[in-house]
Amino acid sequence: MKQVVDLQQIRIKRDTREPVLEGLPVLFGDMDKNALEEAVRIKEKHGAKVTVLSVGSAKLKDTILEALAMGADEACIVVDPACEGSDTAASAMTLVKAIEKIGPYDLILVGEGSADNYSGQIGSRIAEMLNVPQITYVRELSIESNTVTAVRDIEGTLEVVKADIPVVVSVTSEINRPRRAPLAQILRASRKPLNVWTVKDIGIEASQVGWSASAIQVVSNLAPQQERKSVIFEGDVDEMVGKLVDALRREGALP
Amino acid sequence: MSGIIVCSETEEGAFELLTKGRELSKEFNGQLSALVLGGRNDKDLQPYFEYGARNVILIPNDSAETFDAETYARALFEIAKESGPDILLIRSSRLGKEVAGRVAQKLQAGCVTDAIGLTIKGSELVIDRYALGGNTISSEIIKTRKKVISIMPRTFEAQPAPVEGKVERVDLKIAPRRVQLVEQKKKMGESVNIESAETLVCVGKGVSNKEDLAILNELCAALKGELGCTRALSSDYHWISEDRMVGISGKRCKPRLGVSIGISGQIQHTVGIMSSKLIVAINKDKEAPIFKIADYGVVGDLYQVVPRLTEKIKALGI
Repeated sequence: MKQVVDLQQIRIKRDTREPVLEGLPVLFGDMDKNALEEAVRIKEKHGAKVTVLSVGSAKLKDTILEALAMGADEACIVVDPACEGSDTAASAMTLVKAIEKIGPYDLILVGEGSADNYSGQIGSRIAEMLNVPQITYVRELSIESNTVTAVRDIEGTLEVVKADIPVVVSVTSEINRPRRAPLAQILRASRKPLNVWTVKDIGIEASQVGWSASAIQVVSNLAPQQERKSVIFEGDVDEMVGKLVDALRREGALP
Repeated sequence: MSGIIVCSETEEGAFELLTKGRELSKEFNGQLSALVLGGRNDKDLQPYFEYGARNVILIPNDSAETFDAETYARALFEIAKESGPDILLIRSSRLGKEVAGRVAQKLQAGCVTDAIGLTIKGSELVIDRYALGGNTISSEIIKTRKKVISIMPRTFEAQPAPVEGKVERVDLKIAPRRVQLVEQKKKMGESVNIESAETLVCVGKGVSNKEDLAILNELCAALKGELGCTRALSSDYHWISEDRMVGISGKRCKPRLGVSIGISGQIQHTVGIMSSKLIVAINKDKEAPIFKIADYGVVGDLYQVVPRLTEKIKALGI
């Protein structure tokens, strides 16, 4: 799961179009929660141990409690300033090293994309590095003995596919509705095992991650320029609609 | 630079990428090739030359039963490794996006997905994509020699520029797919492609129940447009099929006219309509962020405004 800043609360500096990220609350993305929810449902149905894995800032020690409260049994978090600025390749490598430290697994569940960047590369890169099959864009998942059956959503087509475990599965938001953790669970969550690792703990040199190791150089990251007319009509409904239709005709926007 | 390869499972996607690829090919002095996904006959490949491909690579018998993203990534890796093409332009469909991440990992290459722009600045290729949930556009450079870029459909307009080219059949020894295809079915409901709609009417949580969508459908009919929606109406309420979901995890549309109704204007949705030529917003909350990105805004109750608007447009007799 990936900890991201609350994207709804990002403000943009008017003069420079830069986003203001300082001081924003952090949380897990919706699709990351879909992935966890599915893991917990599988555990409830078949019995399993659910481990949550995340790489992020020191705030992760608090954020992770929500995931534990939702039903994960254990959490492993990689908290290391060296990871700041990691690109997707370095992040995927960090996750893979942590997975190898955690030990044998049957399923690796991820969201189809993170809430902030939605690049969708992490699952694919993990699957490549671990050399296990991957099923992407899954909206229904079932497991019988050692076989996973999934309905995946490929634009206009639904595919039913099967693969043997271990397998990486990326889920879409349609797969479930993540539960809200009850307060009692949140209180109990802090008693569940939480492993906090640095990159060194999982066998990675600081030079292999972070800005300096990144294959991607960000030239700029600014809010898009808006050149809209911003003509707002208020008042009587008939009058507003009349003015709008006139404007649309002038613009040649009506069919 | 040793070339550019475009990769798409649809023809129109390939032509868009070839059109941009020609520019890169000239600038970086590399051959432009196309990898055709999904088995086709040689004679069907003529149009690829019309759009500037010098070399069309065909993998025989790559049907869905035998090929998936993993196998395509293996094939693309074999073609692009070492002295193969350095720039890989892949259509950012779901299949394409998965292929991009996988082939980038195999090539140890940097990868940018869902690109919305590609410009040459000096000797660098600068790639634009949305970041921070659509709040910003991030301009990025890939520092590795091999560069994998998946590009949103319809980012570039396909324009023909015929050349002489050849078809190359590549019989790669690729291990069979590990994820077995059991069944393929078309999604329920009519198939829609709201991404190519000239007029798009999007609705959000301002609509209080499913039956009320009727007034929106009437407006769509009057405007000869398509209906789109926010994530809530599709993923949470299941009122509207997800084919019509607009936003960062849904469709990104570029209509001539985009009408947003009962939508507050959260960035995750508005990213999908930002490229509309003209944006109209109807919302009863004057402070709704949607008005900030609108050309024309109507502050009012959609239940009053929409039927009146439909009536008025119908009266124009268009």
